[in-house]
Amino acid sequence: MARIAVGFAFGAIKKIQFDPCCPWKDAVVADTKDIPGENCVATIEADQPLLAPGRVMHPMEPILLVAHPDRNKVWQAARHVQITYEERDPVLTIEESLARKQLLRGTDNVFKEYLIERGSVKDGFLEAAHIVEGEYRTPPQEHAYIEPNGMAAWVEENGAIVVAGSMQCPYYVQKALKRIFPGRNIRVIQAVTGGAFGGKEDYPSMLAGHVALLALKSRKPVKMLYDRSEDMAATTKRHPSIVRHRTGLTKDGRLTAQDIDIVFDGGAYITLSPVVLSRGTLHATGPYACPNVRVRSRAVATNTPPNGAFRGFGAPQTLFAVEAHWEKIAQETGLDPLKLRRRNLVKEGSVMATGQVLKESVSASEALERCVARASYEAARLSHASVNRKPGPVWKGMGLALVHHGPGFTGSGEVMLASRAAVALNRDGMVSVLAATTEMGQGEATVLTQIVAETLGLDMSLVRVETPDTAKVPNSGPTVASRTTMIIGNILMKASLKLKDKVAKELGAFPTTAKGLKAAGRKLCAKGPLHFEEEYQKPPEIVWNEAAYKGDAYGVYGYEAIIVDLSVDRLTYEVKVDRVFTSTDVGRAIHPDLVRGQIAGGTVQGLGWALTENAVFSRGSMANSQFTNYVIPTFADAPAMDLDIIENPYPRGPYGAKGIGELPHNAPAPAVVAAVRQATGLLITELPVLPEKICHGMLMKKGRTS
Amino acid sequence: MKVLRPRSADEALRLFSENPLALPFSGGTDLMVAWNMGSLNGKPVLDLSAIREWIGIRKMPGGLAVGALTTHAELRDHPEIRRNFPLLAAACAAVGSVQIQNRGTLGGNIANASPAGDTFPALAVYEARVRTISRHGRRNIPFLHMFAGVKKTALNQTELIEAVELPFLHAKPARQVFRKVGTRAAQAISKTVAAGLVWLEKGGAIKEFRFALGSMAPTVRRLAAAEAFLKGRTPSSSAIETAAGLLTKDVHPIDDFRSTAEYRLEVSRNILRSFLGT
Ligand SMILES: Cc1cc2nc3c(=O)[nH]c(=O)nc-3n(C[C@H](O)[C@H](O)[C@H](O)COP(=O)(O)OP(=O)(O)OC[C@H]3O[C@@H](n4cnc5c(N)ncnc54)[C@H](O)[C@@H]3O)c2cc1C
Repeated sequence: MARIAVGFAFGAIKKIQFDPCCPWKDAVVADTKDIPGENCVATIEADQPLLAPGRVMHPMEPILLVAHPDRNKVWQAARHVQITYEERDPVLTIEESLARKQLLRGTDNVFKEYLIERGSVKDGFLEAAHIVEGEYRTPPQEHAYIEPNGMAAWVEENGAIVVAGSMQCPYYVQKALKRIFPGRNIRVIQAVTGGAFGGKEDYPSMLAGHVALLALKSRKPVKMLYDRSEDMAATTKRHPSIVRHRTGLTKDGRLTAQDIDIVFDGGAYITLSPVVLSRGTLHATGPYACPNVRVRSRAVATNTPPNGAFRGFGAPQTLFAVEAHWEKIAQETGLDPLKLRRRNLVKEGSVMATGQVLKESVSASEALERCVARASYEAARLSHASVNRKPGPVWKGMGLALVHHGPGFTGSGEVMLASRAAVALNRDGMVSVLAATTEMGQGEATVLTQIVAETLGLDMSLVRVETPDTAKVPNSGPTVASRTTMIIGNILMKASLKLKDKVAKELGAFPTTAKGLKAAGRKLCAKGPLHFEEEYQKPPEIVWNEAAYKGDAYGVYGYEAIIVDLSVDRLTYEVKVDRVFTSTDVGRAIHPDLVRGQIAGGTVQGLGWALTENAVFSRGSMANSQFTNYVIPTFADAPAMDLDIIENPYPRGPYGAKGIGELPHNAPAPAVVAAVRQATGLLITELPVLPEKICHGMLMKKGRTS
Repeated sequence: MKVLRPRSADEALRLFSENPLALPFSGGTDLMVAWNMGSLNGKPVLDLSAIREWIGIRKMPGGLAVGALTTHAELRDHPEIRRNFPLLAAACAAVGSVQIQNRGTLGGNIANASPAGDTFPALAVYEARVRTISRHGRRNIPFLHMFAGVKKTALNQTELIEAVELPFLHAKPARQVFRKVGTRAAQAISKTVAAGLVWLEKGGAIKEFRFALGSMAPTVRRLAAAEAFLKGRTPSSSAIETAAGLLTKDVHPIDDFRSTAEYRLEVSRNILRSFLGT
């Protein structure tokens, strides 16, 4: 099946005509009139329609759906639909949205805004010896998961709709479908999923709605698999951002004020923008203690496809700004970026902008010092400076960044999710893990198995993980936000302890051999599995006030320092990342190889965002929606990596673990900017740091443009 | 799908004239991309890969003849190519990735006529000739005359590339350069791609200079103006700067979503400067 869009960014649909020369009789076409319930794809709000209701807000917005038994015919049919429309001048950039070129949302185009205030920035600036301002910009980023978004649906005899596909969050899909098909039984099954990175958090709900609608209308199974180009053009991207900093410092570099203004481009509909913006806002100060802070943030509407979740969820954008800003501060004050960080980083007892007191597991300093030592940072910087003074093929640069990341949902998010997960002893003597948490290559099935096996004292081979299927597993919430190990792992650990107690009570001791478990299964599970389900319990000492936006934004933070060592070719300005050093606090590495996998992968993905990934938009749609021209790093681009794991346990995580999935993406980009500055003397404040920008900067320096 | 699989050149020519709409298929690395986009559906395929006579590198009087079906991998590793035409070997080693080099052919690269064909600057400075064949006979086309524009060749309908002839250089060049500037370390389309040869007089003056650039115009270009200017001159820094300035007589780079005109020009000039200046 195919979805039909018109390719203009903004305007009204006047007329839809079906060319009679096309054999429509085998095709099934669905439009808004076929939707039995609400025409919406509900996420946080329900503002995004499943099919455009007479007007189009972005060029990839679906208008009609066509299904046909023959894949080639479906494309033919799609070409025989004529849509007459009235195009209006679209809003394509953050600047145009803020200037209210057109009103797309409310009276100001703002989807959501936040304000954090601590102390008085006014007083902070009065106290400052230096005041430094800077503006930082980041582009959209494509997830580039292995298989594109795809979904299948069929209707069972009892009227239930079943959808199966590549996804992160089966219960999100179910929740969205319930509003489109009220009163129907909806079952959602995760198919094998090869990566998502946030790109299969909200979009699968749209696709599921489309296939289910056609399956219902045609009474046949329907499948829709985007090809790469359609996937890149139609599905979500990382929010583009503009972040402005105004920073006050004492003579010796202590922060007196951070005044930060953030704008994210949300695209045409609100989707996940409020929560992405929230995380971006809460990470905007970086892992630094400053007595006077103001963070103002807005997500605005434009006529581009909605931007959505992407590894880091807003934090990479704002951490890029605060970390790159140290280079600006260094440039203007002559202070050293390493010393500036040492002077200001958070320690145990530090207070964040929301008033959160960091009570435990604070590793900013340890991460920084370990990374600096492993990379011989100070010596390497000196030797690079002397290389750069002499002729040679390359300029060398080494750059540093220090970041943090709060694992788990922001603020009261986990309380609202009220996630549930279960373990069960089965009749066959196997223990099963029941959660909607999805495996997509990150290794959650391994880690959850480990946690349950460890808690029960079992070999891992005696534990199996059930396929996420809403008919079989409880709602453990979405597989996002670096929450799986820490939150779901913890719930499963508690459930495992209950199972262990119960069995021990019945049998005297919990058996730990296959034979013993089989006997226990036969004895205790005659009427069905022995099932223990637990719900997330908020630790009472973590307190967040959503209305005032104050308190413990996250239970804990992970920390990472990164050092990027690179060369810039003096003829071609190509950047080659030679080596990367990371020191990363994960609380406890439940599976060290998987942790290293996350750090290495997140680092390369972050380097892609920093250096080569340049999504070009033209009239609101992605012009380079192929891997030929949207340039993600290959293995040949991946640098040598020194991955140093720090284990500073978090007592409320299972075995001390904190989340790790997103943290590594936060760090590379600002370190690249710092290293390129050492190599070339240019401070490039807008990603990606393309050779074209370095070339232009060098020509400007020489006072010559060609 | 109709697939024609000739075993000889004669059979290929016959089948091609009977099926003039057929698509010649060598390694398929360009064609598969086009198929995936749906633009070739329904056309018959003339699979050339079984024509043994067109595979491999042979000696000919005064040079080497490279069969059209020779892969980038063979060219990259071939001792005679590496000794006599190292810029071509370097270019083939820079095509796509090992996988693409294993399948992609020289004939396919030329017939595809992309402005960014990576072997083209080397073939241009080596003054290669493309041997074509059709039912009307053979032609021997100077390499630069092979291209009529973006994705357009001088091939007539039902004409095929049989081989590429590489004449040995009259003397060993004093210096040579191949440089590909792509978007990443592998699977990259060139933003600019350069090949150069220079011969010097005893006193250091330039006897002959050949330099070609790809991705800088709709087709590969030799830098005729810079080449003529430098002939007989000592490569002083002012002469080099003048030559670098003359680039725009022969190339016209553009802004697109892979790069900018400014970058393409400046980097091409830098490659030229460093080639002549060291
Ligand atoms: C991932 C990827 C990366 C790539 N990277 C590069 C790169 O870095 N540099 C580069 O230059 N190219 C690159 N290419 C393009 C391609 O691989 C090369 O152009 C290759 O040399 C084409 O050869 P082929 O045998 O595969 O051609 P095919 O795909 O078989 O054919 C290409 C065209 O030539 C025609 N044709 C083929 N053989 C003949 C013949 N003997 N006579 C007449 N017409 C013929 C075909 O009809 C078709 O139009 C890349 C392609 C891919 C998919």
